[in-house]
Amino acid sequence: MTKTMTALSAAALLSAMLMSGTAHAQTVVSLMHVETGAPLIEAWEKIATDFEASHPDVDVQIQFLENEAFKAKLPTLLQSDAAPDIFYSWGGGVLKEQSGTGALYDLTADMDAEGGAWRNSYNSGPLGGLVYDGKVWAVPYKTGSIAFFYNKEQFAKAGVNADSIKSWDDLLGAVSTLKNAGLTPLACGGGDKWPLHFYWSYLVMRNAGQDAFNAAKANEGDGFNGAPFVKAGEQLRQLGELEPCQAGYLGATWPDSLKSFADGKAAMILGFEATWQNQKTNATDGNGLAQENLGRFAFPEVPGGVGKATDTLGRLNGWALKANPKPEAIEFIKFFTNRDNERALASAGFIIPVTVDSGDAVTDPLMKQSAEQVAGSTWHQNFFDQDLGPAVGRVVNDVSVEMFVGNLSGADGAAMIKSELDLAL
Amino acid sequence: MTLPAGEILLTQPRSVAAVRKGGRWREKLPVLVLFLPPALVLFTMFVILPMGEAGWYSFYNWNGYGLPTQFVGWRNFEVLFKNASFLTALKNNGLIIVISVGVQIPLALWLANLLSNRIRGAVTFRLLFFLPYVLADVAAGLIWRFVYDGDAGLAGAIGRALGYPDLFLLADQKTAMGAVLAVIVWKYFGFHMMLFIAGLQAVDRHLLEAAEIDGANRVQKFFYVTLPLLASTLRLSIFFSIVGSLQLFDMIMPLTGGGPSNSTQTMVTFLYTYGVQRMQVGFGSAVGVVLFLICVVLAFSYKRVFMRND
Repeated sequence: MTKTMTALSAAALLSAMLMSGTAHAQTVVSLMHVETGAPLIEAWEKIATDFEASHPDVDVQIQFLENEAFKAKLPTLLQSDAAPDIFYSWGGGVLKEQSGTGALYDLTADMDAEGGAWRNSYNSGPLGGLVYDGKVWAVPYKTGSIAFFYNKEQFAKAGVNADSIKSWDDLLGAVSTLKNAGLTPLACGGGDKWPLHFYWSYLVMRNAGQDAFNAAKANEGDGFNGAPFVKAGEQLRQLGELEPCQAGYLGATWPDSLKSFADGKAAMILGFEATWQNQKTNATDGNGLAQENLGRFAFPEVPGGVGKATDTLGRLNGWALKANPKPEAIEFIKFFTNRDNERALASAGFIIPVTVDSGDAVTDPLMKQSAEQVAGSTWHQNFFDQDLGPAVGRVVNDVSVEMFVGNLSGADGAAMIKSELDLAL
Repeated sequence: MTLPAGEILLTQPRSVAAVRKGGRWREKLPVLVLFLPPALVLFTMFVILPMGEAGWYSFYNWNGYGLPTQFVGWRNFEVLFKNASFLTALKNNGLIIVISVGVQIPLALWLANLLSNRIRGAVTFRLLFFLPYVLADVAAGLIWRFVYDGDAGLAGAIGRALGYPDLFLLADQKTAMGAVLAVIVWKYFGFHMMLFIAGLQAVDRHLLEAAEIDGANRVQKFFYVTLPLLASTLRLSIFFSIVGSLQLFDMIMPLTGGGPSNSTQTMVTFLYTYGVQRMQVGFGSAVGVVLFLICVVLAFSYKRVFMRND
């Protein structure tokens, strides 16, 4: 008797616990990212709140991890139970590596459902950058391009016309003119290395063109030892020999270099689409350069190069999902990157949107130029240090700085990248 | 089943020694069973196993996903020893040891000698000199990054006053390692000084008095009485310097991150930069194995050769 009583009460207690469990059950959808701007996160939180309003059972948790920590932790995290449902991706070689491990969810079927409604909501360029082996591995979120930004006052003072900088030699000429006028031509973040790899990347794109770059990436033929890659390195050395950067640039981080530019201590910076906001955040006085004082021009052409002036180097960020995702996670990320939300983020000046017919939402004039440049791009290339994977990518960053400083010849630099690629493949 | 040792003595008369031995064993067994496994399990899980795993991974080309499958033999080690940055890192570790022994320890010894005398303010000075050691390595690195800044830092201001307007010590590969070494000396001399003060307090005053009576001057007293008596502390101090050099990581990262041009790389920052950041777990493990071997060989041979009698 007592035994059955105990068993019954235990069962009742257990069911009560389970019941109360379901009553309060909320599906947690976690999203892990590396963005640091507080206004942007507030905008994201608003999107999450909107989603939770229509999905009362879902609790969206936006989690931040510092960039380097995120990259270092992700392999372990993805293979554990603590893996975030959705996480930030730069596309490229890292995403490709992850896609081959079974740790990621293949989004192709979801994208193609209902006649490809989801897939067709994005521009084909950004989406295509997240496809490997014909499968979609991440949801596109934002894009952008790298270009030169300049201080109009300083250009006027030195008598340099930005519109006339069309070729590499024009750029070198402008650098010399600025130097002769007693100005610092460039702000460089040599301590972080990757800010200088943009120069080599663009020079490679202009010299070699898309086909030769893709062949080198696949390590076909001479690979990175080919003539256009060596030439790109030599041209980078030419620029370095002019000593165009601010004093101490080899110890300067990217924010340091933005600060130099914002404080009017350098005339140009090769930067992201959001350079105006970025320099503002890093300015000593909190304001930096006025928007009217800021100009923008595309990376110049290289005489005799195969690449076009309309080829662009720039970001492609997306959101990847861990394998066997909760249905709510898929639903949320679909909502997060829908046209309305992309447009809202774009008009607030945070992103260049990836959804169709959304480019007009960008209001910031310099961001708009970047959006137009990407829209009209003949070849949009992801950052080399992302595209070539973490190992080869870091070598590209190292080598770019060494060539810029003059420690390595163009040929030696290219050979180091090639030999790292030989090891990786 | 387990009788207390006393009862055994009563019921089974045996030789006292044998009983004691058996009794001790029986006394120890529960202790062993209770207290050894947790330590053993933890030590195995977090020390022995990872070491073995690192050895295993070091023969593979592996990015950390799934299980290592691409066996590459000794290739990771071959690549490692051809890597110029690794050789720089090795050299830097050696340099840190040399500076520790050649500059830091003599400085610490000199200050300890001054401050172990009963002079006014000795305690305050001891505290001041010891303070940097209390500071976290990362914090020290960040502080010194500001100090060395050529625009806003103290070093920049001094440079401008002396007629060097663009003094960026950490951005120049010729000066960066020197600047890092200065921070290391600043950070750790207080620790060695404290060791020496403790050592000096153990020196018998009578010996010094005897030397004084024999007519020894201060220099002679130091070199013939104090120093020999401090020898074991000195050896310990050098041992800490060596181990510290091999571990140096958290101060370098905020200071220079190993740059410019890898000129301030140490073995551990090299491991982090080339193994962790590049997601080359196989190669990183090879670095770890080499680092481990260097540590073991250095530590054991130092202990065997210099600290045999301590």
